[in-house]
Amino acid sequence: MMVTRSYMSRREVEQQSFSLSVTVLVPLGAVLLQVLLPRVFHGLAILDLPFIVTLFFAISRRSPIAGTVTGAAIGLLQDVLTGQPIGVNGMAKSVIGYAGASLGSRIDVDNTSTRALLAFGFSLLQSVLLYLIERRLLGIRAFHLMWLHELLRAAANTAVALPVCFLLDRTRHQE
Amino acid sequence: MDFLTEYKNALFLIAVLLAQAIALAVQVRSPVDASKPDGPSVRLIRMWAMTSVTPVERVTHAFGSGAGHAWSEYIDLRHVRQQNKDLQQQLARVRIDEAAMAEDALQGRRLQAMLGFKESYVGTTVAAQVIGTSGSEQSRVLTIDKGSRDGLRPDMAVITQDGIVGKLRDVFPATSEVLEINDQSSGAGVVLATTRIRAILRGTLAGRVQIGNLTADSRIQPGEQVLTSGGDQVYPRGLPVGVVESIAPDPDHQPYSAIRVHPAVDLDRVAEVLVITGTQSDLSQAAQQDMATAEVQHAADLSAARLPGIHDDANPAAAAGANGAAPATTPIAPVVPHPLPVLHPDRFTSGSTPPATEMTPGGANSVQNGQSAPSSTQPRPSQPGATK
Repeated sequence: MMVTRSYMSRREVEQQSFSLSVTVLVPLGAVLLQVLLPRVFHGLAILDLPFIVTLFFAISRRSPIAGTVTGAAIGLLQDVLTGQPIGVNGMAKSVIGYAGASLGSRIDVDNTSTRALLAFGFSLLQSVLLYLIERRLLGIRAFHLMWLHELLRAAANTAVALPVCFLLDRTRHQE
Repeated sequence: MDFLTEYKNALFLIAVLLAQAIALAVQVRSPVDASKPDGPSVRLIRMWAMTSVTPVERVTHAFGSGAGHAWSEYIDLRHVRQQNKDLQQQLARVRIDEAAMAEDALQGRRLQAMLGFKESYVGTTVAAQVIGTSGSEQSRVLTIDKGSRDGLRPDMAVITQDGIVGKLRDVFPATSEVLEINDQSSGAGVVLATTRIRAILRGTLAGRVQIGNLTADSRIQPGEQVLTSGGDQVYPRGLPVGVVESIAPDPDHQPYSAIRVHPAVDLDRVAEVLVITGTQSDLSQAAQQDMATAEVQHAADLSAARLPGIHDDANPAAAAGANGAAPATTPIAPVVPHPLPVLHPDRFTSGSTPPATEMTPGGANSVQNGQSAPSSTQPRPSQPGATK
C-alpha cells in the first residue's frame, strides 16, 4: 500500500485572511477610483486599479478558488460600468486571480522585487488575455496589441501596485 | 473522485470561464433593436451598477466643481479686466463676420429651397455635466448626470459648442452613458467640407478617430474640415467633427486609406455637454428673424448695386445711404440718349407726325419729302418701358 505524501510549503499553510469590510470595500473602492480618476486626468486611464487589487488578494490568500472568485467579481463589476460586453474583464481577471494565487503559494510574494516582477508580468498577461478575448472570442478584427503601450501600462501598474500593496498589507490578519 | 479533488482548482477556473464565455456569446448576438445594444437582463444589471455608483460620482463631481468654482470665481481673478476687453473686441469682430456669414446662409437657404431639400436643425437641447468615465482605455464611455427623466433617449446626439462628442448609448432614469466618437464601436456619417466626399467615421482602439472607407484621393488634404453629413439619422447635418490630420494606406483594409481626423472637441477633457433632444425642419423663431433681417438688408444692397441711376431726388442723402456710400455733394444728371440726326426724313421719322388734334380726316397729314421735321433733332425724352 502506497502512502501518498504531499508537500505543503510554509507559505502555502500561511494563508492570510481579510475582514469582510476590507474584502468588499477595497475592490469597490478600486473600481470607483478607476471610474473617477480619468475624469480628473485622462492619462490615468492607463492604470488598472482593479487589476492591482485582484493580484494583491490572490497572492495574499494563496487560494486559487478564492483568487478566481475575487478576479471574476472585480472584473465583472468593471465590465458593468463600461460599455463592453459583461465578461471581458471578468474572464481576464479570473485567470489573473487563479494564476496569482497558484504562484503565491510557491514563491515569496512578500518581497518587493518579487511583487514588482509579478505585477509587471501579470499586467502583460492580462493585456494578452484581453487581446485574445476581444480578437478571438468576440471577433473584433480591429483590436490590436500595441506592445509599447502595454509595456508602459505594465510599468505604470507596477509603480502603483507597490505602494498600494504596502498599504493593503496592513489590513490583513495572520492565521 | 480523486481526479476532481486533485484538479478542483483548475476545474473551478474552467467552469467560471465557461460560464462567462456563454454569457458573452449571449450578449454579442446581433441586437434586434439597434437603439438597445444590450438585452433586458444585461441592461438591468448595468442600471443597478450605475445606480449604485452614481451617488458617489455626483458627490465627487460636486466637491470637485465646488472647489474649482471657488478658485476660479473668487481667487484666481487676475487679468480678468484685460480678458474682458479682449473678448469685447473679439465679439465685435465676430459680429462683423456673422453679417457676412448670414449672407452666405441666405444664399444657401435659397438654393436648398430650390432643390426641395429638407434639412434638420438643432431644435431643443438638454445641458448635462460629465460625472464619470468608463475608466478603461478599451471603452470610451462618459457618464452624464441627466437621464430618461430629463427626456433623454438612446441614440441622441451629444455635442459641445466645438463639435460632436458622441451619442447616448444607455439611458437610465437619472444618468446616461455617452459613447464617444473615438470608441472602437462608434460610427458617424461625415462629409469632407471642401471636396464634399461622404464617408463613415469610426473610432479606434487607441482612442483616435479615423475615416477608413475611402480609397486614396489626391483631393483630400490634411487640414480639411470634416462635418456631419446627417445621413446616419443621429447627428444633424453640418456639425463640426474635426479636421483631417493625416492620410496613410490602411494596412488592414487595402486598398482603403486610413484618414486620421483630429476631433474638434477635446474628448479627454469634456466637462459639459449638450444633448440634442429634438430637431426641427425649420430654423428657430429667433434665427428666422435674423434671417429675415438679413434678407431685407440683402435685397436693399442688391437694389442699390444694380440700379445706380435711380435715386430719390427729394432725399439724395437717403438714396446715397442705401448704397452704403457717402452722400454726393452734387446731384447726378440723368443720362438721356441723343439719337443721331436723320439724313432723309420721311413720314416714319420720329416727330414728323403731327398731333392727332391737328389732323383732319382725309387730309394730307404726311410730311412732304425733303421737309425737315422740326423736332427731329430734339427727340422726346425716352419713356420708361418704351420698346426700342
